[in-house]
Amino acid sequence: MFKLFKIAIRNLMRYKRRTLLTASLITIGVVFVLVFVSVSSSFKNMMIGQVTDSFLGHMQIHKKGYVASIESLPLTMSLGPQAIKKVAKAISEIPDIEVHSIRIKFGGMFSNFVETTNIRLNGIDPAEEIKTIPLFPARIIEGKKIIRKGEILVPELLAEGMKVKVGDTVVIIATNEDGSVNGRQFRVSGVVESVIGPGGRDGYIHIEDAMDILRMDEMEISEIAIRLKDFDKLHEVSSKLNDELSKELNKKGKPKFEVHTWEKLHPFYNIARMIDIMTFFIKLMLIAIVLISIMNVMVMAVYERIREIGTIAAMGTMPEKILSMFVIEGFSLGVFGVILGNILGIAIIFILNIAKITFNFGRQTGLLLSPTLHLQDVLVISIIVIIISVIASLQPAYKASKMEPIEALRYV
Amino acid sequence: MSLIRAENLSKIYETGKIKAEALKELSFEIEQAAFVSFAGPSGSGKTTLLNLIGCLDKPTSGILKVADKNVSHLDRRMAASFRGKTIGFIFQDFNLIPVLTVYENVEYPLLMIQNVPSSERKGRILALLDAVGMTEQKDKYPDQISGGQKQRVAIARALITSPKLVLADEPTANLDHKTAYMVLSIMKKMKDDLGTTFIFSTHDQKIVSEAEITYTLEDGELTGREVRKIHV
Repeated sequence: MFKLFKIAIRNLMRYKRRTLLTASLITIGVVFVLVFVSVSSSFKNMMIGQVTDSFLGHMQIHKKGYVASIESLPLTMSLGPQAIKKVAKAISEIPDIEVHSIRIKFGGMFSNFVETTNIRLNGIDPAEEIKTIPLFPARIIEGKKIIRKGEILVPELLAEGMKVKVGDTVVIIATNEDGSVNGRQFRVSGVVESVIGPGGRDGYIHIEDAMDILRMDEMEISEIAIRLKDFDKLHEVSSKLNDELSKELNKKGKPKFEVHTWEKLHPFYNIARMIDIMTFFIKLMLIAIVLISIMNVMVMAVYERIREIGTIAAMGTMPEKILSMFVIEGFSLGVFGVILGNILGIAIIFILNIAKITFNFGRQTGLLLSPTLHLQDVLVISIIVIIISVIASLQPAYKASKMEPIEALRYV
Repeated sequence: MSLIRAENLSKIYETGKIKAEALKELSFEIEQAAFVSFAGPSGSGKTTLLNLIGCLDKPTSGILKVADKNVSHLDRRMAASFRGKTIGFIFQDFNLIPVLTVYENVEYPLLMIQNVPSSERKGRILALLDAVGMTEQKDKYPDQISGGQKQRVAIARALITSPKLVLADEPTANLDHKTAYMVLSIMKKMKDDLGTTFIFSTHDQKIVSEAEITYTLEDGELTGREVRKIHV
């Protein structure tokens, strides 16, 4: 086998320029795919991180049907104390869940004593909320990073439109579940940055203030946001939680709760899917580059060496050995291109990280691009290229192995 | 005991409706350790006959036995296997593998065809290279040696597997007279030392006279057989 590799490499070196040209084509393809995969997955992971860690959480639990009516923030679809206990018990039985936080979401009127507008509010337990969405304090662009009772975090666009500043007093008026209206004064403790997606332009108050304004005797929450210890176990945990909670049935015999991962709650999931599809097509392009370039070189190699093939076949070399000689040549070319491509690709990704490139996404500015490459990606791309190199050389190699020695020896 | 026996051996090439009878009912026998030439003008059927004996082609009719095996109807794989074990080839254009050194070219049949272990290979290769006077050039590539040297390497490569038969199609056609005689003398010496049967084709009358037995071919028919006493 070693000798076969030696012969293959010497044959490749026989036409140095052609070999280098083909190998560099593969190298460019590998570099392009590696850089694209690392940059796009870095962008995707960063955006997913922004979505899940700054307001959504990794997954959420609601009363069945709540998400379908989420635009109207219905108070009639809340989870009462019993339901909260059951969910809390199910959560405590899954060790992969790190933390959870409860939220009361409702709509109301916001007044600065001069003007009035509508507002969507989240009643939160600040300590638990920060553990569940650790990037939340970073969204508070003005004022204190923590919220206390009697304070409100006003969404950025609303603060600008209503000319509200930190320290101002505002009034929140909300209709409770019974239909009666209640109002309360709040002091603006900060301004919260808006982000894309449902809930991205909500204001925040303390959960006890929310209970007070909605005149709740006992806590009734709209949703439970969950943070996992390992984000990669998202679907596994979601499935476990779903299985556990689906045992709880309502009067109609249907599950009381529904579990949604961030993917079902945020439109960025569609962009993430598009990135995955683009990555797939980029990989397809790489396959095409490798397939065409190696096949081209190997077809030429067979035609240039017909008399040699005739000679070794006449001497008694078995067809499968002739086939393996050419396949190993294609394989070696692929491996050479892959090694070069990986080295260059990793170097470019390293440079991109040093360059600290920032970009804007929607209203979010100065997001730092930090491309990372996983060993799995490098291995998958390398294996794809090597397998395609072998496949591409099979046809010319087969042709060589099937040559009649007498005809090959006559070839001029 | 005969190494090769041909009975009514014919070869017809068909191209569309045109039939060309390259060999016409040839019958002959060649003994083991013989030094035989097939002579005749171009197109007389010399190469076709060597191709049949070398199992590179199949006869249209007749029987051809080489080393007691009927090779008239061998399939591709069986023919390749038989060639690898029994026959060595020397080509007019030397046909050395350009990416292999002299040593590696001689090693090729042992390594790729007979899978002989490396410990055994080295001694055999060096002995043969010494016998053909190519030891000093063993690390050179084919494009670094002369035509005569290439043919000597080709002889060593043909003999390395200790075949019963070596076929050489116009082995001296691309060499000057002096080199051609030197190559033939090496072939004769190897035949005497190893007991290998050498069959070569040529259209050069001076070269023909170097063979112990010469068969003359004309238009695909055997027209003569001459036996000589050779003094080495």
